Amino acid sequence: MVEWTDFERQTIAGIFAKIDYETTGATALARCLIVYPWTQRYFGNFGNLYNAGAIKINPLIAKHGTIIVHGLDRALKNLDNIKDAYTELSVLHSDKLHVDPDNFRLFSDCLTLTLAAQMGADFNADVQAAFQKFMLVVVSALKRQYH
Amino acid sequence: MSLTDRDKATVRSFWAKVAGNTEAVGTNALSRMLTVYPQTKTYFAHWKDLGPKSVNVRKHGKTVVDGIGEAVMKIDDLQKGLLTLSELHAFKLRVDPTNFKILNHCILVVLAITFPAEFTPEAHVAVDKFLAALALALSDKYR
Repeated sequence: MVEWTDFERQTIAGIFAKIDYETTGATALARCLIVYPWTQRYFGNFGNLYNAGAIKINPLIAKHGTIIVHGLDRALKNLDNIKDAYTELSVLHSDKLHVDPDNFRLFSDCLTLTLAAQMGADFNADVQAAFQKFMLVVVSALKRQYH
Repeated sequence: MSLTDRDKATVRSFWAKVAGNTEAVGTNALSRMLTVYPQTKTYFAHWKDLGPKSVNVRKHGKTVVDGIGEAVMKIDDLQKGLLTLSELHAFKLRVDPTNFKILNHCILVVLAITFPAEFTPEAHVAVDKFLAALALALSDKYR
């Protein structure tokens, strides 16, 4: 079981309380598809991804970005058992969506940078450490059911 | 993932903004790295103070980011341009190359914080590619 300090719990809760799910999710996913273009392989049915401009205004991508960030709520609500909370999602990503788990890390990095840009100086080293630890645990839980 | 002419132009123009700010960016990136990735502290056991106000951290942060600025000027042949630095890191400092990725990530975070409007996804991908190429050139002489 993961040990969370009070600071980490408060920091993570605080970040999610302030997030604008729509913009943050959309921005992070668009960034991921632009910075790591091979991630577009999973979005064949999402319309025009021809260039960065198209990706940034694609409404299906924006909607999906929001879904992904809402998916993190599950970890927020189950901080003390993220592993089990993500069993179904892990099976989904492995058996149905066939997503290479390295992509979770790539998206996580893009989300981190999106938050850094939004939070500015508030995204200090301790906050970054807490958020990255949270994402590491979520990513690890998402990888668990792959076989 | 080699740098296209467009990547190089993007990096040059983006890095011009960093040029006036090298100590601030460097200090932030380095001190952040030492906190977020505590294993990196092993390379700095000889410094008493590893906080963001530490004279050592500030000086070294500036050194590193100034070095990146030099690399931007040599972007057309990083392997040749960074030969001496690569030898330094390979034979004297012997920094495990995984740490270059770690510091690169911290630099990107600082760039996002410092230049939220200019650090667009297009700038991000060019700078990310450049920093990766830089890390590769820096580890060139390791073995």
